[in-house]
Amino acid sequence: MSASLTREDVAKVAALARLRLSDEELDLYTEQLSKVLQHADDMQQLDLTGVAPTAHPFGLINVVREDVVRPSLSQADVLAAAPDAEDGRFAVPRIVGEAP
Amino acid sequence: MALPEGWEMVVGLEVHTELKTATKLFCGCENAFGSEPNSRVCPVCLGLPGSLPVLNERAVELAMAIGIALHCTIAPSTFHRKNYFYPDMPKDYQISQYDLPINARGYLDLPDGSRVTIERAHLEEDTGKTTHLGGSGRIHGADRSLVDYNRSGVPLVEIVSGPDIRTPEQARAYAAELRGILIATGASDGRMEEGSMRIDANVSVRKSGDPFGTRCEIKNLNSLRSLTRAIEYEALRQIDVIEDGGTIRQETRHWDEVAGETSTMRTKEEAEDYRYFLEPDLVELAPEQAWQDRVRDGLGPMPAARRATLAALLSDPQPAQLDAIEVVVDLSLDDYVHAAHEAGADVAIALARAANEIAANIDGRANLTPSAFSHTVLMEQRGELSATQAKTVLGDLLTSGGDPVAIAAARGFEQLSADSLADTVATLIVENPDEWQRYREGDDKLAQFFIGLVMKATRGQANGKAVIAELQQRR
Repeated sequence: MSASLTREDVAKVAALARLRLSDEELDLYTEQLSKVLQHADDMQQLDLTGVAPTAHPFGLINVVREDVVRPSLSQADVLAAAPDAEDGRFAVPRIVGEAP
Repeated sequence: MALPEGWEMVVGLEVHTELKTATKLFCGCENAFGSEPNSRVCPVCLGLPGSLPVLNERAVELAMAIGIALHCTIAPSTFHRKNYFYPDMPKDYQISQYDLPINARGYLDLPDGSRVTIERAHLEEDTGKTTHLGGSGRIHGADRSLVDYNRSGVPLVEIVSGPDIRTPEQARAYAAELRGILIATGASDGRMEEGSMRIDANVSVRKSGDPFGTRCEIKNLNSLRSLTRAIEYEALRQIDVIEDGGTIRQETRHWDEVAGETSTMRTKEEAEDYRYFLEPDLVELAPEQAWQDRVRDGLGPMPAARRATLAALLSDPQPAQLDAIEVVVDLSLDDYVHAAHEAGADVAIALARAANEIAANIDGRANLTPSAFSHTVLMEQRGELSATQAKTVLGDLLTSGGDPVAIAAARGFEQLSADSLADTVATLIVENPDEWQRYREGDDKLAQFFIGLVMKATRGQANGKAVIAELQQRR
């Protein structure tokens, strides 16, 4: 199997996605994700000479809408769904550092 | 500025510009600056489950307009999700373009004749705005951040230059010329102070002729002044490190405008792994030739062409006049100068009045019609107003509009009659016999001396050219 995935790879991906996995889950996902990569690897073996790359299975292009304003939600409705708010803004735990 | 002997800086700029659309990039919420917080948001730009993005046609056209103005190739492109955890993006990813941007490989020629290549100019969405409350903040010593998502989803184009810039002045010229192009295409209002144009700079240094050094990315450059100061500081910092035997780490640095220095934000090792993948909710964007042509045909002339058109109105453009042309084009005052030219006015006077008097009160433009401007310039040219009086009339027009003739009359700017001017000159000649004698013997500089006396005697109401004519007649 050329597309081998280690337990450490899965742990790293989980950390990037802010997922906390148990040891059992790490084992399970390592096995499952390895099969997914194996499938991709199988497809890489196909001769695709002359086949154009596909960005989307629908085959549609240029799906756009007119630049026309539509009603937004009210501030009250928006903040009603927030765990915490202040001054019309969402309140979140203090962020250390700047945006990426 | 000069770097130590033998050193050279290598700079590339990433310019983010907000697009002047009516709505956001992927939803119909209004794209407006300075509204009540979280009043222009909907399920799409809040990233609520089940909502789906639909691309804004106008944003695509403005992105194409930028690409065309920068001589880029418009290519079939796709959208990707850039994944990261920071509360300024409620979806926890930003929709951007990755390996296939809408515009690729162009260039921008600067007024000094240098060319900066453009690697790409791609579409993406802006983030929300976070406000950090410190431990001593307003709320019971609590540590938290507040988020407003009005800006989340506003369309942006990110324009990435090649590493072609070699001085802070060239970086400034590039940013200024690009800003002019963004305004001319209608893509942006170019207001850096409102954040509608934001710049990051990639800076490295090398000994002349060496390969590129390790670069650092400087964030938070919110004015042309910050841009030049930050680049200069960073290049000197890197040279100091290397000359002391150290090495430059690839890192992101933050510019502190008050302290006038850059500091480490995060190193390459801490760099985010964005796990880009194709945005499954958006299809390929591949503007057909006819659509591209419609955008191209709708574009007016770019700043470089407009400067050339204005310069062509002058028989022998002087450096000061070329500077005035730059100001006029930068502030989009071309119409005033062209109107004055068509009304038969002197272009040099029109340029000076536009680049100084209108520029000094740019918000008053709405009150000043091109025809009132032309009329004022003509009055000055014909000697009905002195230069000082013409400036005052323009100031009044910019403040409250109106008719230049009526304003001149109301201000008592009756031009001195020829007789009265002749009497004044005759008196001054008698009072200053030595200077008059030297002027008669060919010392032309003394004409200025007499003009000064006449202006003083007439409280600025005389016309300089008329005074010279009077002096020469008596010489």
